Amino acid sequence: MTAAPTTLARPPRTPASTAGLHATARITARADAHGITRLPVLDGAGPFALRRIGGHGPQARICVVGAMSAPLGGDRLAIDATAESGAALHLTAAAATVALPGRTGEAATYDVRLTVGDGARLDWLPEPLISAEGSDLWMTTTVELAPTARLVLREEQVLGRTGEHTGTLHSRLTVRRAGRTLLDQETAYGPGVPGWDTSAVLDAQRAVGQLLVVQPEFDEHPAAVQLLGDAAGGPTGESAGQGVLAPLAGPAALVTAVAPDALRLRRLLDDAARYTAAG
Amino acid sequence: MSRAALLVLADGRFPAGGHAHSGGAEPAVTAGRIKDAATLERFCRGRLHTAGLVAAGLAAAAAAGADPLLLDDAADARTPVPALRQVARRLGRQMMRAARATWPSDALDALAAARPRGAHQPIVLGLAARSAGLTPLDAAYAVAYENISGPATAAVRLLSLDPFDATAVLAHLAADLDRVAAQGAEAAARVATEGVDALPAASAPLLDITAEQHAAWPVRLFAS
Amino acid sequence: MHLDHELDEMFPERHTHSAAVPKRPDGTRRALRIGLGGPVGTGKTATVAALCRALRDELSIAVVTNDIYTREDAEFLLREAVLPAERIQAVETGACPHTAIRDDISANLEAVEDLEEAVGPLDLILVESGGDNLTATFSKGLVDFQIFVIDVAGGDDIPRKGGPGVTSADLLVINKTDLAPYVGVDLEGMARDAKAQRGELPVAFTALKKENGVKPVSDWVRTKLADWTAGPA
Repeated sequence: MTAAPTTLARPPRTPASTAGLHATARITARADAHGITRLPVLDGAGPFALRRIGGHGPQARICVVGAMSAPLGGDRLAIDATAESGAALHLTAAAATVALPGRTGEAATYDVRLTVGDGARLDWLPEPLISAEGSDLWMTTTVELAPTARLVLREEQVLGRTGEHTGTLHSRLTVRRAGRTLLDQETAYGPGVPGWDTSAVLDAQRAVGQLLVVQPEFDEHPAAVQLLGDAAGGPTGESAGQGVLAPLAGPAALVTAVAPDALRLRRLLDDAARYTAAG
Repeated sequence: MSRAALLVLADGRFPAGGHAHSGGAEPAVTAGRIKDAATLERFCRGRLHTAGLVAAGLAAAAAAGADPLLLDDAADARTPVPALRQVARRLGRQMMRAARATWPSDALDALAAARPRGAHQPIVLGLAARSAGLTPLDAAYAVAYENISGPATAAVRLLSLDPFDATAVLAHLAADLDRVAAQGAEAAARVATEGVDALPAASAPLLDITAEQHAAWPVRLFAS
Repeated sequence: MHLDHELDEMFPERHTHSAAVPKRPDGTRRALRIGLGGPVGTGKTATVAALCRALRDELSIAVVTNDIYTREDAEFLLREAVLPAERIQAVETGACPHTAIRDDISANLEAVEDLEEAVGPLDLILVESGGDNLTATFSKGLVDFQIFVIDVAGGDDIPRKGGPGVTSADLLVINKTDLAPYVGVDLEGMARDAKAQRGELPVAFTALKKENGVKPVSDWVRTKLADWTAGPA
């Protein structure tokens, strides 16, 4: 097991917070002898209540239900999800996650760790993360993939609730596959971050997202570059947002999209999902 | 060591192919995002703190003696669109050509042999800086400066922008350059103990999207 | 046997594919490189096309084009099918064609290297500059000889005006002589002016539209190539 990255997505100084909530939810999916995915570990914690949904077919489907407002400043939250060899785990959320300011002005952290074994598939499709005015969240998403693992991962960030300024949001997404780093991306938006709202980064867009699909088939047949929304030269007028679907240096395709709001962002990502074999 | 070598390396006339690239300025001009000196400055500031910071970290790490092939993989992982990976390798190959003629070294030969189609440019530049006896911080400065001087020069050609204004933009960004170069060098210093994960990975969604858009244009002034 | 770094010190340009070194990295004599420059619309691309047609059966040829803002010249050569596509490479010049052939030749050297690798060994590489002004010349690091192409339609005072292209090119081509009567140009006067500017350096008058119109240029290329090939390997 590779050590967790010493990521920059950490508050500069993180004292052992006493004020905030410390909680880690854990999920382990394991394929039984009949190829049905079971859940030997399904531990909700703090704000994360885990609901099993569906129930038919070999795949296990979990919905993360927010049990309280979180993360607040000072909180230390984490989700660990593992799909062991041959298992199929599908994770969604019931509602958007809203990063809110805490009482002390301290930053919050939220770490998602996903591990996918050989022949296993993990879908991580949460609802958007909304950075509320005054909040300060440092988020990491770290994915470890075995050589034949499959992954579908969506990440959406919305900068500010309707009519308010954004909080500060640092996020780092690191995906390792077979011991090599496939994707390493840091985003930093909001007060105190130089250049984030410029024409090179987000311009006036306030919703930004990614859809990552990793599957061994891309080794043989890499995804073709596909421009999305306004970038594809669609009808002018009201902006649909813009994006691109592109192959990574490895068996993966990444959609990067920016849009004026969460709705249009989701539309772009959903469109893009149709171009990948995922879905 | 000779600090003067930094002037040679960072000179816009250093023959390493940069003049044919706009650093994303051409699509930004066409989209109306760069239209004058003020908007050029905003663009350059955003680029500097994202792509520039990543490049500064990679260059400083190469100059500090980190394994260039590990850095090359790290650069791939930090460059999610193929258009920008290709540009980085192409410019790396051209930088290699110039570097081996100006500061020949075994390290440059070894990287050229391992990556005949080019390694990512900041890594080659960092290795060239090392061959020239420069420090990791020097390499970070050179690459960060080039990261904004390229778009500024391109904007002069694309918009017939007053060259004095464009140069003033670069001067206004001096404090940002100091900060980015220092951050890159500081992260590079941690690579020996923490690995390449210590390097910055700042992303700029619009640069990625518009780079692929630009690569598909049938008619354009700049290669990127 | 020399150590690698000793060679580096003696021949630092040996890795650059610079024209300063007459050999390939493997020690064989490399292809002769000839640059073609000159103002826009004088017939550079047409000359390249005609040269390819005249010489392609006897020589292994490749072409590098330097366009101003498109790949038009490369595409013209492809459409005219003067050479197979893999023998033509376009270099993008960032709105500065003279920079790419003179001040920073790295992209052109890369194209030369790639062509040698893909379709080599080559006998002749023609490097065509983007249409530029009278001052544009090729770096000696990129080409062995340069041809400067002007035409009679540009006015008969161009040779008299001089400039590095007119005065120092290894061959000055004055094209479109068939138009001379229509534009009121005195060809003899142009020849006199060129002689005054160039001394013993040769001048070729061409009318590419005519049958075998490129012959003065292709003959000159053959002579240069014979001298080149006779050089030490």
